[in-house]
Amino acid sequence: MATAIDAPRRTDAPGEEAPRRQGSVAARLSRAVAKGPLNVILLLIALFWLLPTFGLLVSSFRSAADNATNGWWNVFTAPAQLTLDSYQSLLGDARMVGAFWNTVLITVPSTLGVVLIGSLAAYAFAWIDFPGRDWAFITVVGLLVVPVQVALIPVAELYGRLGVFGSIPTVILFHIAFGLPFAIFLLRNFFAGIPAELLEAARIDGAGEARIFFRVVLPIGLPAIASLSIFQFLWVWNDLLIALVFAGTDAAPLTVAIREQTRQFGANIDVIAPGAFISLIVPLVVFFAFQRYFVQGLLAGAEK
Amino acid sequence: MLEGVEKVYPDGTQAVADLHLSIGDGEFIVLVGPSGCGKTTALRMVAGLEEISGGQVRIGDRVVNGVPPKDRDIAMVFQNYALYPHLSVRENMGFGLKLRKVPAAEIDKRVEEAGRILGLEDLLDRKPRNLSGGQRQRVAMGRAIVREPQAFLMDEPLSNLDAKLRVQMRAEIARIQRDLDVTTLYVTHDQTEAMTMGDRVAVMRKGLLQQVDAPQVLYDRPDNVFVAGFIGSPAMNMVQASIETSNGATFVCLGDQRLRIADELLAARPALAAYEGRKVVLGIRPEEMEDAACAGENPDDRRLRATVDLVEQMGSEAYVHFSLKAPPVLTDDTRELASDVGLDDQLERRGEKATTAMVARVSPRTRAAKGDSIDLVVDTGRLHFFDIDSSLAVWGDPDRAATTTTTKT
Repeated sequence: MATAIDAPRRTDAPGEEAPRRQGSVAARLSRAVAKGPLNVILLLIALFWLLPTFGLLVSSFRSAADNATNGWWNVFTAPAQLTLDSYQSLLGDARMVGAFWNTVLITVPSTLGVVLIGSLAAYAFAWIDFPGRDWAFITVVGLLVVPVQVALIPVAELYGRLGVFGSIPTVILFHIAFGLPFAIFLLRNFFAGIPAELLEAARIDGAGEARIFFRVVLPIGLPAIASLSIFQFLWVWNDLLIALVFAGTDAAPLTVAIREQTRQFGANIDVIAPGAFISLIVPLVVFFAFQRYFVQGLLAGAEK
Repeated sequence: MLEGVEKVYPDGTQAVADLHLSIGDGEFIVLVGPSGCGKTTALRMVAGLEEISGGQVRIGDRVVNGVPPKDRDIAMVFQNYALYPHLSVRENMGFGLKLRKVPAAEIDKRVEEAGRILGLEDLLDRKPRNLSGGQRQRVAMGRAIVREPQAFLMDEPLSNLDAKLRVQMRAEIARIQRDLDVTTLYVTHDQTEAMTMGDRVAVMRKGLLQQVDAPQVLYDRPDNVFVAGFIGSPAMNMVQASIETSNGATFVCLGDQRLRIADELLAARPALAAYEGRKVVLGIRPEEMEDAACAGENPDDRRLRATVDLVEQMGSEAYVHFSLKAPPVLTDDTRELASDVGLDDQLERRGEKATTAMVARVSPRTRAAKGDSIDLVVDTGRLHFFDIDSSLAVWGDPDRAATTTTTKT
């Protein structure tokens, strides 16, 4: 996904499009044959990788009793066992529905916060001259190597002393704090790649820092911001560790709630399977909604 | 407009020193010089993109040293165009007006008008990435035009275009500037652009202004070796020579040959008399020489004999490259001029052999070929002389002191 940053920076004038791939039918055929084995292998690997997810999907449409007695592949011989019961009971489970909303309430502000604060900071690091800028940036990048785990206990203590332990905002705050170094690092490097002339042109056109940021840098930085948003969204959405430590019972997100369904001897597969699947669909939707932004390099045409 | 402006970078590099330049209303001034001469820095100081270390920049009667770029009422065209990639041509041109809260109808009117002037009517709704280089360049111009500013600042706007387009846009920019009658400061390293576009041309070198004059004056009466060598293409030939008088005639000696200096030139350069017996820098423009075989009347004391190194036949004219047995001029100026065209080692090698590489622009009917000996007739009324130590032109007439390095106008 990081390729968004290196996306083609310029396309040529109309009429100078890359020569369309040509060749006789025979040539194309021989190319396909030559690539055939590779494609088959790749396809097999992909299928193999998807198998557990597919199994999860099928399990989520089977009753708890069926899941307990035989494997999900029996569905091929007895398709009649497919049922929406698991989903129905899940949606009726206040604890799970509450956990889903907790996940949303944690993920959305964490993502927006990181993108907003990160892009502002990145702009400053890239384009505003202030004393100690480079050292401050190096420090921020250095924070990338700090593992989340070392901060768990001190931050938990701090939250406890402040009396806010267990609430959703504390989880969000932790996510934002640990998301920012990477966000700033990624966005600063992208913003720094914007030609200085472009910002100078805006300055002469009458834009102040705020206008330059919102009207020039942000639109051009959209591919990087889209990539960052997806990363951050996925991290927070799928996070278990931080939620487990900081989110109290009422603030527990879906990951924590699903985990609670696994017991020492077996698991409530009728809750876990549909729950995991719902938890999987939202990031997928987010990914496809944003992906069109980082396919295209938005700087094309700015120069020369 | 610029009064004693200077720019010193934090590391101590002096990019621009004591620059005085006043630009009249509606005037087209070209700042020209080799790369690193400070011309772009000077332009950026006027634009407000570069802090001014000393002196004053005034636009109209207003000192703008501390004024941010947006309040200077100027528009700038950048070398790489700097179009907003996410905005259409129309939005690109209207951006500055929109930020200035100009009513939408007025923006539309001005953008349409600029589009018409620049021949961009059909492209207004395209994105920059779908435009060719020349079209992008015109959009960049349009963005400046719609602002109707007090001054246009242009930073090598044509350097990214191919040769043919550059010639075309050169004429177009000059035409638009004349039509709109907006004061323009134009930076380039291309002396052809400088000569063809500017009302006046300011030549800079290493942060110092060398001479400001109309293009023809710059060509005819360069103040020093640097300006003489920089303006004109092919460049003026420079050679070490000495001045001699015998029988009431004054000669300039190049190696073992000599040319009789025309009387009217002696009259125009009275200071030359003081150089008798001394070394000078002699400058001869390629176009002041002709193949003796193609020229009519050609007295002996106006001829130079040399060996042809190469003949470039251009069709309408021919460039004869030849070696003259006379030492070349090895000063900072000539070295910088040579390195600007990538010929610095050649100059040093020539220096050791005491021969000078020269070019003559002669009639295409010349029969000269490589290795031949050739007689060249020199227009001795149009020779240039410079002091070898100070590099300044030797004139000596009262209304134009040769000692001024910066011309204040």
